[in-house]
Amino acid sequence: MTGVSPNLVAPVSRRHPEVDTPSSPVVHFDASAPLRLACQQDLAPFSIAYETYGELNAAKSNAILICHALTADQYVASRHPITGKPGWWDNMVGPGKPIDTNRFYVICSNVVGGCMGSTGPASINPKTGAPYGLTFPVITVGDMVEAQARLIDYLGIDQLFAVIGGSMGGMQCLEWASRYKDRVFAAVPIATAAWHSSQNIAFHEVGRQAVMADPEWSGGDYYAAGKVPKNGLAVARMAAHITYLSEEALHRKFGRSLQDRSALSFSFNAEFQVESYLRHQGSTFVDRFDANSYLYITRALDYFDMREGAGGVLANAFRGTKTRFCVVSFTSDWLYPTRESREIVQALNAVAANVSFVEIESDKGHDAFLLEEPTFFATIRGFLNAAAMKRGLGPAEART
Amino acid sequence: MNAPVTGQILKSAKIPRVDHELIAEMVEAGSRVLDVGCGDGELLQLLSERKGVDGRGVELQRDKVNACVAHGLSVIQGDADRDLDNYPDQAFDYAILSLTIQATRQPKNVLENLLRIGRRAIVSFPNFGHWQVRTKLLFSGRMPVNDNLPDEWYLTPNAHLCTIRDFADLCELVHADVERAVAFNASGARLPIKWSLSMQNLFGEKAVFLLRGHPAPHR
Repeated sequence: MTGVSPNLVAPVSRRHPEVDTPSSPVVHFDASAPLRLACQQDLAPFSIAYETYGELNAAKSNAILICHALTADQYVASRHPITGKPGWWDNMVGPGKPIDTNRFYVICSNVVGGCMGSTGPASINPKTGAPYGLTFPVITVGDMVEAQARLIDYLGIDQLFAVIGGSMGGMQCLEWASRYKDRVFAAVPIATAAWHSSQNIAFHEVGRQAVMADPEWSGGDYYAAGKVPKNGLAVARMAAHITYLSEEALHRKFGRSLQDRSALSFSFNAEFQVESYLRHQGSTFVDRFDANSYLYITRALDYFDMREGAGGVLANAFRGTKTRFCVVSFTSDWLYPTRESREIVQALNAVAANVSFVEIESDKGHDAFLLEEPTFFATIRGFLNAAAMKRGLGPAEART
Repeated sequence: MNAPVTGQILKSAKIPRVDHELIAEMVEAGSRVLDVGCGDGELLQLLSERKGVDGRGVELQRDKVNACVAHGLSVIQGDADRDLDNYPDQAFDYAILSLTIQATRQPKNVLENLLRIGRRAIVSFPNFGHWQVRTKLLFSGRMPVNDNLPDEWYLTPNAHLCTIRDFADLCELVHADVERAVAFNASGARLPIKWSLSMQNLFGEKAVFLLRGHPAPHR
């Protein structure tokens, strides 16, 4: 009986079939086209799994790349093959929705290092015939963007109409705008930052240590041992999940309410609703996410600092940009607070970039960007609509 | 489908503010404009429709910013006192401060920033030297409340009210050339340009100044 609770975590298959054979389309880049990573290693061959929605127009000018956050994947607006749940941004992306698939061609790919069909630590290393595990190279947000750029090349798209993402997706969005200034017409970084704060690194370290402290983790070689460090990963998810909410939201949702009982039972069972909720979050997460992927992707976030390579001055990363930016933050987000979005805005102003910046009032914390927030939706819709007119994409009605 | 039609008619029938009309006259077509304190974006919209400007806005109030962005304007939530320092020199053809300077904490700093960021600055403000303001103070001994200065002293966001004469002095202090200065009377008519500064100061209810800065080495 380890860690969380004996009945917390259901058994999980050792390596999910989605790792090798995703339900979504996947593009394989063979050994002749390696991905040169920031750590100076080459990743080859590698695969990028992706979903698309809507239709690419003849001019290939209506493509929107959506970049996902830490634990999301390419299933932005389609049913998840493991959980069976609707897409993670189903309320935002679809016909007639703010990111309107009647008008735009929407692409979302699983990041390199992920576990839903793009090459990551759970993938088979062709040199050994065994899963990479910890022999997988440490990746960065920049590497994720380079891998996406390969996919966009493969799809024959020169310029993306927009790159949009929240949290880690927002970081990719900023990297895209910085690295590929001519290939990004508009960028919407949401609930994000231009560098990872020490508090955020600290939280990630707690999560990684929880995974590594699980004996089932086996030094990262749990695939071979037929094990899954599910308790450690569940604890990591529970701790992280708290940072995605806000004190106000937790209080409103749970208060001190008890779970399935009317009085305290003087035990360490999940007596409070909030405990039960977190345990559920932890246990469902391990069914769909690879523990090593969690280590690698949190590491990539910790390494993220756009001032590096820009002479220590963030503005330099955007010098010469013609991209139209819409930066969005949420009042109760303490993981990526408004202050950090404002730093992005100030850097963009310093290079006279075309930037909009809105702070959305919400008590739902960091996760607000995934939820139904009317003001947020109106902002995204309005910004994309104006940018589309500038790009000559015509009104929304024209292509329904 | 009834409501939107009415709404559209109302919108197109909306008469622009007189100071906005004048600013639209001053601004050259196709120029780059920063509107500091852009409110609901009315001026930016007007300048974009009438002059095809590449417009940006800064607005303090969150709900107004959200409305601007939802309408497709490039606006950031920010503060004239704090957020202008980041803009590079001469980034815009015009930096506009429309009925906002009196609500800033450091009007001189803000004005200097405008003159630095824009090749020209356009500043409009309510004139505290207007005869009605003077008589109100003189005879009632109380701070004036009228259409132009609608809030009680304890509610108003205005912190640094000035007269046309005061503003002209500030322009001189910061080495700004006044290229044009127009005052409006209470009914929104422009006062004759030939009138002296004293007369403008007495009968102008609000004023619009078109300024050009001299990037002085000591600044």
